[in-house]
Amino acid sequence: MSRYRIAGKGRVDHGAPVRFTFDGRAYAGLRGDTVASALLANGVHLMGRSFKYHRPRGPVAAGSEEPNALIGTRRGPGRFEPNTRATMQEIRDGLEASSQNKFPSLKWDLGAVNDAAYMLFSAGFYYKTFMWPKSFWHRVYEPIIRAAAGLGVAPTEEDPDHYASRNLHCDVLVVGAGPAGLAAARAAAAEGLRVVLVDENAEVGGTLLSEPQAQIDGRPAWDWLAAELEALKALGVRIMTRTTAIGYYHQNLIGLCQRLTDHLDVLPADTPRERLWRVRARRVVLAQGALEKPLVFHGNDRPGVMLAGAAQTYLNRYGVRVGDAPVILTSHDSAWYAAFDLQDAGARVQAIVDLRDAVREELLNEARARGIPVRLSHTVTATSGRLRVSAVRVNPVTNGKVGAGQAIKCDALLMSGGWTPSLHLFSHTQGKLAWDEDRTTFLPALTPEDCVIAGAGRGLWGIAAALRDGAEMGREVAQALGKAGAALAHDVQNDRTGSGVSMKELPTDRNPGKAKAFVDYQNDVTAKDLRLAVREGMRSIEHVKRYTTNGMATDQGKMSNINGLMIAADALGKPAPQVGLTTFRPPYTPTSFGAFAGYHRGTHFELTRKTQIDAWAEEQGAVFEPVGQWRRAWYFPRQGEDMEAAVRRECRQTRASVGIFDASTLGKIEVVGPDAVTFMERMYTNPWAKLGVGRCRYGLLLGDDGFIRDDGVIGRMAEDRFHVTTTTGGAARVLNMMEDYLQTEWPDLNVWLTSTTEQWSTIALNGPNAARLLAPFVEGVELTEAAFPHMSCAECTVAGMPARLFRVSFTGEIGFEVNVPAPLGRKLWETLWQAGQQYGIVAYGTETMHVLRAEKGYIIVGQDTDGTVTPFDAGMGWAVGKAKPDFVGKRGLARPDLVAGTRKQLVGLLTEDGSKLEEGAQIVFDPKQAIPMKLVGHVTSSYHSDAAGRPIALALVEGGHERMGETVHVPMPDRTIAAKITGTVFVDPDNTRLKI
Amino acid sequence: MLLIHCPYCDETLPEAEFTYAGEAHIARPADPSALSDEEWESYLFIRSNPRGPHHERWRHLHGCGRFFNAVRDTVSDRFLTTYPAGQPRAALPIKEAAE
Repeated sequence: MSRYRIAGKGRVDHGAPVRFTFDGRAYAGLRGDTVASALLANGVHLMGRSFKYHRPRGPVAAGSEEPNALIGTRRGPGRFEPNTRATMQEIRDGLEASSQNKFPSLKWDLGAVNDAAYMLFSAGFYYKTFMWPKSFWHRVYEPIIRAAAGLGVAPTEEDPDHYASRNLHCDVLVVGAGPAGLAAARAAAAEGLRVVLVDENAEVGGTLLSEPQAQIDGRPAWDWLAAELEALKALGVRIMTRTTAIGYYHQNLIGLCQRLTDHLDVLPADTPRERLWRVRARRVVLAQGALEKPLVFHGNDRPGVMLAGAAQTYLNRYGVRVGDAPVILTSHDSAWYAAFDLQDAGARVQAIVDLRDAVREELLNEARARGIPVRLSHTVTATSGRLRVSAVRVNPVTNGKVGAGQAIKCDALLMSGGWTPSLHLFSHTQGKLAWDEDRTTFLPALTPEDCVIAGAGRGLWGIAAALRDGAEMGREVAQALGKAGAALAHDVQNDRTGSGVSMKELPTDRNPGKAKAFVDYQNDVTAKDLRLAVREGMRSIEHVKRYTTNGMATDQGKMSNINGLMIAADALGKPAPQVGLTTFRPPYTPTSFGAFAGYHRGTHFELTRKTQIDAWAEEQGAVFEPVGQWRRAWYFPRQGEDMEAAVRRECRQTRASVGIFDASTLGKIEVVGPDAVTFMERMYTNPWAKLGVGRCRYGLLLGDDGFIRDDGVIGRMAEDRFHVTTTTGGAARVLNMMEDYLQTEWPDLNVWLTSTTEQWSTIALNGPNAARLLAPFVEGVELTEAAFPHMSCAECTVAGMPARLFRVSFTGEIGFEVNVPAPLGRKLWETLWQAGQQYGIVAYGTETMHVLRAEKGYIIVGQDTDGTVTPFDAGMGWAVGKAKPDFVGKRGLARPDLVAGTRKQLVGLLTEDGSKLEEGAQIVFDPKQAIPMKLVGHVTSSYHSDAAGRPIALALVEGGHERMGETVHVPMPDRTIAAKITGTVFVDPDNTRLKI
Repeated sequence: MLLIHCPYCDETLPEAEFTYAGEAHIARPADPSALSDEEWESYLFIRSNPRGPHHERWRHLHGCGRFFNAVRDTVSDRFLTTYPAGQPRAALPIKEAAE
C-alpha cells in the first residue's frame, strides 16, 4: 500500500495494482487511478516544470482543466503523445510517462535560471527585448527562443494508430454526466426520446464521485448512481465515457472526441485509438458543471498547493490523501468540507484560513468539533519549500490592513477562490453572458442554438439544486420536442451547498510588485504582469490577454480567466462586466491531430484521379506529377536517363516521327440544345455562329472583368452540339461558370451542359507520321489535307471503336486527338502503340508537352497567365470577336486600365549567354538602378529547346509588344542575365509542319 | 457545418453539398457596352458587405446543381430564408430585430 493511499477508500480497485513508470522510475497505482492520483498516492507532487520560468509544479486540479501536470506518454514506437494531462490519463500496465520542460532532470533544472531573471520576463517581454539590432532576430534571438519555447516535445515518428469518425443523430445530447446531466437525460429519455449522454471522464457521476456522503432518495450517492445508470440504460440512453465534447458548431452540431484505447493495458487489434463523432442533436443540454478558481498570492504555484475541490476528489474518488498536514485557504464555503473530509480521513489539518470575516456558524461548529484551528479575516502572503510546500505565511487582515505574518508548517495548501461555471461550449454557440454580481461570475444568457444549460453551469451549487435543475431542463427539452414532459423530484440529504466571495490578488504586507502570484499557471502569467499590461496602455481585455498571454495556453484559461478579469478590471478601475470576457473557442481540451484527420491520411488524404492509361504508364516506368487532383505521366525515362535526357528524346522523336500522349485529363463539357450556338457566342470571345459542323476552333474564355480564365479547342459536332475542352485544372470551374450564366443570367436559353471529362479517353498523336499511323484505323474519315484539314472534327470509328476525332495540334506538328469511350482508352492506346513501333513511336509526358507547346508560343492558362492577363496582353487579340455585340468580358476589356499601354504583355525571351532562365524570375529594364529595383515583369515559362537549339522562355514584360529586340535583365542571386525580347514562336513560325 | 435548405429539392442538407456564389440580385446589364466605366465598375466590383442579413447566392453543387438565393445573417451565420433564383428580393425578416 502506497504511503498516502487510504485502504478501502475511493472508487479505485484496491485489489488490482497497475505498474507504470514516471521519468524512468517504477510506480504502482490501482486500477481506476490517473497518473496524477497514482503519483500523489506515492507522495509525488512534483510532476513538471513551468513553461517560461521552469518553476517546479505539481497538479492543481483533478480534471481536464489541469494546467501544470502535463506529461508525455509512450507506448512503443510512434506512440508518443506530449502535453497529456496527468489528471486525465488513466494508468495502464506498462505506461511510460515522463515530465516536461526540464533539463537535465525534473529536480535539477538549468532553465530555472529564468525564474531568477524573473523581472526580465515580464509581460510584453518578447516585444520589448528583441527589437534591436534588427539583424539579430533571425540569426540569434529566434533560434534561441525556438529552442527554449514550446510545451513538451513533438513526436517525430509516424503515428501507427488509426483514428475513426462517425456521424450520430439524436433528439437530445447531454454533455456532462454529473447530477444535472444524469437528471436531464433521465427526464428526456423517460419521454421516449433518443438521448446521448457523454462525459470526458472514465466514469459517469461528476461531483457524485467526489461526494459519497450525500444521500439521494434514501440511498448513498454511489448506490443511487449505480441504479440510475441501470435505469438510463434500460431507457435506451447511449452513455459514452472518455468522450469530450470538443466544440459546439452551427445548428446543434457537436464534435465529440472519444478515447478508446489509451487506458487499456493491451492494445486491441484493429481498434481505432480515438473516434471523432459529429453529433447533430435536435436539442442539447449543457451540464458541464463549474470549475474551481485558484487564489492569487505569492508562491501559489509551489507543488503541494492545489485546489481544495481537487484534494477532495483525490481523497474520495481515488482514496488518496494529498497531504498529512494540509492548510486550507479559502474565500468560499466549499473548501471547508475538504478540510473536514481530510481530517476524517486521518490528516491533521493545520488551519482553515478564510479571507472572509464571517462564515456560517454550522461550519465553525464542525471545524471546532474536529479540533481544526480556524483563522477568519486572514490571508496567505507566501509559501516556502523548494520542490514541495513546507510552510505558509499567514497574516491577519484588519480593516484592510495586513498584520504580521506567522509561518504554519504544512505539506499541502488547499485553496478555493469559489467556482466558475464552465461556459466554454456555450461560448462556442456565440451565446451571450450576463454578469452575476452575487456570484461575481458570468452566467449564460441568450444563445442562438437550441440548447439549455443545467446545474452548476448556470451557477446553481449543490447536488440537490443540480438534480432539480437537470430534471427541469430535461423536461423543458422534452416539451420543446413535443412531449408531455415530467420532472422527477429527488430527496437529497448531506448536501453541501455554500457561498463565497471572489478575490483579486490576496492582500499582502509585502511589495506586490515583487510577488510571484500566478494567475495563469500554464503560461506563467502573474498578477503583476496583468497590472503592467494595463499600465502600459492595454485597455481591452483582448489586448491584455494577448500582451500577457493570460488564458492563451492549452487550457484556454479554464482556471485563469475570471481571476485575470478581476485583476485587470481593478487595474482599469472598471466593473468586471464592462471589461468583458475573452471568447472561448473549440476545442474544449487539446485534441489530437489524428482525431481530426480521421481516415484522411496517407493515400486517403485526397483522392487521386487516374486515367485509363495511367496503369500502362506505370508499367512503362513513367514518372508522375500531380495536376490538380489528377496524376499525370510527367516523362518516361529509359534506363539511365534523367529527366532532361528523357524529355529531350521525347521532344526530338515526336518532331521527327510521332509521339503519343494521354490527354484524357482535359476537361470536356458537352454543350447541347437549340440555343447552344447563342450560348457559345455569349460565353467565349470567339465567333461561333459561322463555325461549320465538323470544324473546331480555339476558344478563349474570359471573366466579365476581361481577364483570361480558361481556353481550349471546341468542336461543333452538330448544329446544336459543341464538344468543349477546357484546361485540366479548370474543368469544374468552367462548368460552374457556364451554369451560373446559363441559370441566372440567361435562363431563357435552351441549353444543356454536361461534364464529359470522364466519359472519354483522349489520346493525342503528334508528329510528321501521325496521319500515316492513324489513317489505317479510321473508318468514315479520310485523313488527307483536303478531306480533314487542320481544325476539323468528326464522329467516326477508330480501330473499331466509336470515336470523336479532332485534328488539332498543341505541338505545331500534324496532330490528332482521338476520343473514345473511356473504358476503351487503354485498348486504343495499345493498338496505336503497337502499330506505331514501325515509326519508332515515343510516349511522352506532360513535360515534353510543355516544351513542345512553348516552342510554338502556345500559352498555358495559369502558367503564362495569372488572372490579370487579357487576350491582347497574351498576343491573342485575333481570338476576340470584335464584331460580336457582347460576350463575357467584352465590356471588361474596355476598362481604362485594360487598354493602357503600360500593361505587361507576353513575349519571348532569349538569353544572350545561352543560359536557361528560372521560371518566376523577375525582370528589370535597368540592371544598374538602385535596390529596390523597379520590376517590370517575370518569366512565365522556360525550357531547353532542342528544336530551337537553345533555351527559350516566355515572359510577361511591361509594354513588351513594343519592345521587340530590346534587352531586358534578370537579376539572380549570383549574377544578372541579359535577354532579348522576341516573338513567342520559336519553331516553324509559318506553320508548315501542320500540313499533311 | 451549416444546414441549408435547397428551395428546389425542398430538403435541408449539410453545407458540404453547397457552394457559395457571391451577393445576390446583381443582374448582368442587358447591354454592357452602354455602361459608363463607373457603372461597369459598380456592377463588377462593388458589393454591399453588410453586417447582418445578406442576400446571397448559393449553388446546390452536389445535389440538383441549381443556383438559388438566400438571406444569411453575417453576424450569426444563420440562414434566414432561401428561395429560387429569379424570385424578387426576399424581405428581411423582422424577427431578427426583435431578438
